[in-house]
Amino acid sequence: MDMKVSKKLGLKERYTMMTRDLAWDTTFQPMDKVFPQVGYEGIKIHDWNAWEDPFRLTMDAYWKYQAEKERKLYAILDAFNQNNGHLSVTDARYINVLKLFLGSTPPLELMAARGFSMVARQMVGAGPRVACMMQSVDEYRHFQTQIHSISNYNRFYNGLDEFAHQQSRMWYLSDGKSFFDDAITAGPFEFMVAIGFAFEYVLTNILFVPFISGAAYNGDMAAMTVGFSAQSDEARHMTLGLECIKFMLEQDPDNLPIVQRWIDKWTWRGTRKLASVGMMMDYMLPKRIMSFKEAWEIYFEQNGTALFTDLARYGVKVPKCFDQTIEEKEHITHQSWIGFYMKPDATPFHTWMPQPEELDWLSEKYPNTFDTYYRPVYEHWIAQEKAGKRFNNKTQPMNCQVCVSTIKFNEPGDPMEMCFRETVYKGEKFHFCSDHCREIFEDEPEKYVQTFISSHAALQGKCEPEGTDVNAHDYRPGARMHAYWRMDKRASGDFNGSEDQKNFAKWRAQATQN
Amino acid sequence: MTSNAFIAFQKNEETRCIVEAIVDDNPAAVVVDQPAMVKVDVPGRLVIKRATVEEKMGRDFDLQELQLHLITISGHLDESDDEFTLSWEA
Repeated sequence: MDMKVSKKLGLKERYTMMTRDLAWDTTFQPMDKVFPQVGYEGIKIHDWNAWEDPFRLTMDAYWKYQAEKERKLYAILDAFNQNNGHLSVTDARYINVLKLFLGSTPPLELMAARGFSMVARQMVGAGPRVACMMQSVDEYRHFQTQIHSISNYNRFYNGLDEFAHQQSRMWYLSDGKSFFDDAITAGPFEFMVAIGFAFEYVLTNILFVPFISGAAYNGDMAAMTVGFSAQSDEARHMTLGLECIKFMLEQDPDNLPIVQRWIDKWTWRGTRKLASVGMMMDYMLPKRIMSFKEAWEIYFEQNGTALFTDLARYGVKVPKCFDQTIEEKEHITHQSWIGFYMKPDATPFHTWMPQPEELDWLSEKYPNTFDTYYRPVYEHWIAQEKAGKRFNNKTQPMNCQVCVSTIKFNEPGDPMEMCFRETVYKGEKFHFCSDHCREIFEDEPEKYVQTFISSHAALQGKCEPEGTDVNAHDYRPGARMHAYWRMDKRASGDFNGSEDQKNFAKWRAQATQN
Repeated sequence: MTSNAFIAFQKNEETRCIVEAIVDDNPAAVVVDQPAMVKVDVPGRLVIKRATVEEKMGRDFDLQELQLHLITISGHLDESDDEFTLSWEA
């Protein structure tokens, strides 16, 4: 009997049949009533069928590969935990980078999952809807795997257990929260530029590539597997963001000024958010593998230049902030660590002064700035600490109305001067960290007057633990911030003398002796 | 100056073969070893050919398996059953 073997469909045909061919146009209601959000931002789309996801990933293949990634990830996580892996990290200071990274990122992943499920509903074309749905599921996966990764550390170390409560309340978590709040309250196309382009292309390339590569060489297999597994999805996410930008630019020339404004805005917001990621690389990994400056040059300057050179054919210009970010790469990580070190009572992770060989590493990596501007600050503080006067700034920080970073970065062109901007809107004064943030505010003031800044709101009596009587005669605003934050006191203060430091030394000794 | 297209993978036995295939098919490829990962830069256009990867691995290979090991990419992507291409317009 002759068997007729039908040829397997090619990737392109399979993708077309499994996505676009399964979609339909509504007939009971007009399409623009069913999908109203795509019209709100002024973006003009004439042909949704022109969108094609370059990965051409169909849903069945998606589940297959994601399941395989999960199996690998959890095999490594289990092995790490079974092997007492937490004691094999370089030194106990390392745990603090996890408190910052894994304490701030999961809630942002969850916001991304929500955002992409919204955009998957709002987009008209089948291609972007399927890709957004996959990304939503990816982000939910990252949220879960990161929490699973923390949970083992949480059994041993302080300060990891209240990240969900602290997300909306803690001063230094507000920049990430505001990034996602801003994106998710924009329209679907701006959301795609904010997350698909700025967050994935600018930020995760630094956070999940050189930082995670560093985590691997600090002995943290758990963070490494979670980070690399997440980043394997990000390659797809970046492609989606880039595809969306190209699609808007190809559909109508009127889209260019809108897209350019979003690129300018979100590149800057991504850059601001990166200051603390860079600080993690330069100050918190005991074993360093690459400076933030080097990572920035590879993943933003070179890679960003490649992208913007390519997009120039559509008329896109390099983001306005590009030159300023190049100047700032020499400064922001040092300014961030100084900012955190000076507030030992206000973070659920420890800070410390760099050791002598670490100061030398920083001098070598930052020859233009470190010895001139930052080493003298550290040497002064090291002397103070030795004299029993560890520096402790007990005041509330002042935050930027747009990016909600603490106002601490330098004036462009003058590293000795702090950059500070303000504007008056409807009789009220608002404060900014930079010209770029002020411009973002002035474009949409009604949006940004609503920013919640806990360090400012606390002084108005709005950040108090339950049961506080703000009308009591002895009430002092902000006096009970620790209770409001649910801060574990054991997790704050200098690393030297901390419970984590003592426990780690004791447990590591137990692991190598009888 | 031509921009680099690049791809980075987790370092493991499978990606060792994939990187060897890239080096064979892209004479201008520069391999950058980093802790736990490997990055390959190629000016302008980087192509991964299924047939070459299969030869290196000694088994059938579906280009979508790249998803399992990918860390990051740079360049416009085009993917078919036989080739995975990243490119920048100069």
